Amino acid sequence: MPEGTLCNKKPVDTAQGITTLLADQSGKTYYQEMKSLEIDSDLLWKTIQNTCKSRIRTWLEICAHCGMCADSCFLYLANDRDPKQVPAYKIQSTLGEIIKKKGKVDNAFMLHAMEVAWAQCTCCNRCGTYCPHGIDTGIMFGYLRGLLYQQGFVPWEMKIGAGMHRVYQAQMDISSEDYIDTFEWMVEEYEDEYPGLTVPVDVEDADIMYTVNAREAKHYPEDLAEAAILFHIAGEKWTVPTKGWELTSLAMFAGDWAACKIQVQSVYDAMERLKPKRMIGTECGHAHRATVVEGPYWAGLKSGRPPVESIHYIEWLAEALRSGKLKIDPAKRIKEKCTLQDSCNYVRNHGLRDTAREILSYIVEPGYFIDMDPNRQHNFCCGGGGGFNGIGYFRKQRNVGLKVKRDQILATGATLVIAPCHNCWDAIRDLEEEYEIGIRWSFLKPLIIEMLEIPEHLKPVEEE
Amino acid sequence: MHALLTGPIFYLSSGVCIIGMVVRLYLYFKGLSWQLDRVAYKQYPVMGFKGAVRSIYKWLIPYGTYGWRSQPVMAAAFFGFHLGVVLIPLFLIGHNVFMAEKLGFSLFTISACTADILAWVAVASLFFLILRRLVLAEVRIMTDRKDWGVLLISMAPFMTGMLARYGVGDYSFWINAHILTGEIVLLAIPFTKLSHVFLFFASRAQLGMDFGIKRGGLKGTKMAW
Repeated sequence: MPEGTLCNKKPVDTAQGITTLLADQSGKTYYQEMKSLEIDSDLLWKTIQNTCKSRIRTWLEICAHCGMCADSCFLYLANDRDPKQVPAYKIQSTLGEIIKKKGKVDNAFMLHAMEVAWAQCTCCNRCGTYCPHGIDTGIMFGYLRGLLYQQGFVPWEMKIGAGMHRVYQAQMDISSEDYIDTFEWMVEEYEDEYPGLTVPVDVEDADIMYTVNAREAKHYPEDLAEAAILFHIAGEKWTVPTKGWELTSLAMFAGDWAACKIQVQSVYDAMERLKPKRMIGTECGHAHRATVVEGPYWAGLKSGRPPVESIHYIEWLAEALRSGKLKIDPAKRIKEKCTLQDSCNYVRNHGLRDTAREILSYIVEPGYFIDMDPNRQHNFCCGGGGGFNGIGYFRKQRNVGLKVKRDQILATGATLVIAPCHNCWDAIRDLEEEYEIGIRWSFLKPLIIEMLEIPEHLKPVEEE
Repeated sequence: MHALLTGPIFYLSSGVCIIGMVVRLYLYFKGLSWQLDRVAYKQYPVMGFKGAVRSIYKWLIPYGTYGWRSQPVMAAAFFGFHLGVVLIPLFLIGHNVFMAEKLGFSLFTISACTADILAWVAVASLFFLILRRLVLAEVRIMTDRKDWGVLLISMAPFMTGMLARYGVGDYSFWINAHILTGEIVLLAIPFTKLSHVFLFFASRAQLGMDFGIKRGGLKGTKMAW
């Protein structure tokens, strides 16, 4: 069977297609069909010739096979130093082989390559920082994912996720109406507590255009209300777009570059339409990377920057605390041993290594914050990045991968892990569920709301 | 034989090496693509340049990066080996006398004693690197014939040079063997993994530009990779 009905080389770009795929529970039929999926070697080789240029070819060529990248990889460490988990080995034995064989690889090889690309690398890019030659294996795995996606060898959830972006311009099947309704409903819930709290929708020339992770609208609507409350108290002139509100990109995890462009373009269109001064995205790592760091290139923006200045939520929070727009009641600061999970996507890969620490300096009682070791740009991936969290087919491997983060957290003695990133937050929740180490975890928004000093004029009027 | 090795074959191998390096460096930078690599190289030349220089400079300094510091023994062996194989060929008195005669110019020279120390440190480091390749599972799994070939090619002029230096056996045999194996290295540089002698700078410069421009540099964060 060259092409399956569910597993094939065609991207999913209709709502019906997504529904059909979702109906295949856990992708049982999808993965069964994948075992018979044929490889279009000519297309594979042609794509490589057109897109694999000097950077990646040189990396593959000059790799000294020295193994210095081994210890940098949390999956190598978590898997008892299995030499097959050495980053250089993983990429040489997959992408390197495909290129050596000029695309003439078989089904079994591609199935193996898919496992390596999605279950043995989270594209955290830590190995790149250990290589004397400057070989960034994470970037090569991102590239490999694109080749595998084109051939139909992509985990079920990733195929669905990329399809969602194509159809809904969101990682989940949430329409613009649903999104705005949810936001407004959540804000209404808090109106009594915060008089005047609103969701400004599609306001032009606002100071801030706020974008979110669709999971917030679907599963954690409290997060939307918290964002509104913090903007409200800080006195910001902000807005949310009815279209182009989704910051994330499962398409990036899937290697579906066309969908990446569709997704990010929807946000950039909203920027062009509403002309905000700045765009601020929610507490999510990969979403920031997709829309702010990588997105401009998918959209063909030579400047390498989004149409308007775009910052991560922690940058805005740090700024609001620094400027006094948000004030913390010192008596309510965190007095519990806590630590911080640095997100690879905006710390190692976008330089925000001290921003979250600045926030913690306002909200944690001195002496209660204990950094992980290593930390900042050297921190390990949470264990669930790059889409790993969401792939049921590789759940066992993901759970093994969580061990490094578990041990890092245990070594701090912290009982609270602050994780200003959706993927990290999920991974830490899952590691507590899997290993029961007695921790709680949180985004920054709910922690800060609990300790804010509310200006008098924003407090509810007490009834006589 | 000596005349042939120090005459036409020397000019040929040097020419192939230099032209090969220039062509490959040109092709490398020509092959960089702002959209495929997702780095706006031309938009931020100053940030890119600073990032590239930082990346190269920090990694050339022993223990100058987190990566080097995290593997101190490997770093010692790496620098022990590379200092010898870079400094001795370029700055040994004998080599510079030869270069002045053949090419009409010479470089700064190091004393024979310094060269001896560098050579022995390099040999000791080399044996450590070989041992490491044989013993450590994470290195062994990737080691292939090409890796051994490159080690053999780069060891040969070193060993023959040492044998000639210490007068073991027939000097003229070892010196001819030394010149021949040195010329094999020159010929191999553009076409094998030895291309890292110049592509190291290209690769590091690229990653330095990536971080200097896209991944944090424009945020004012200086990270050395």
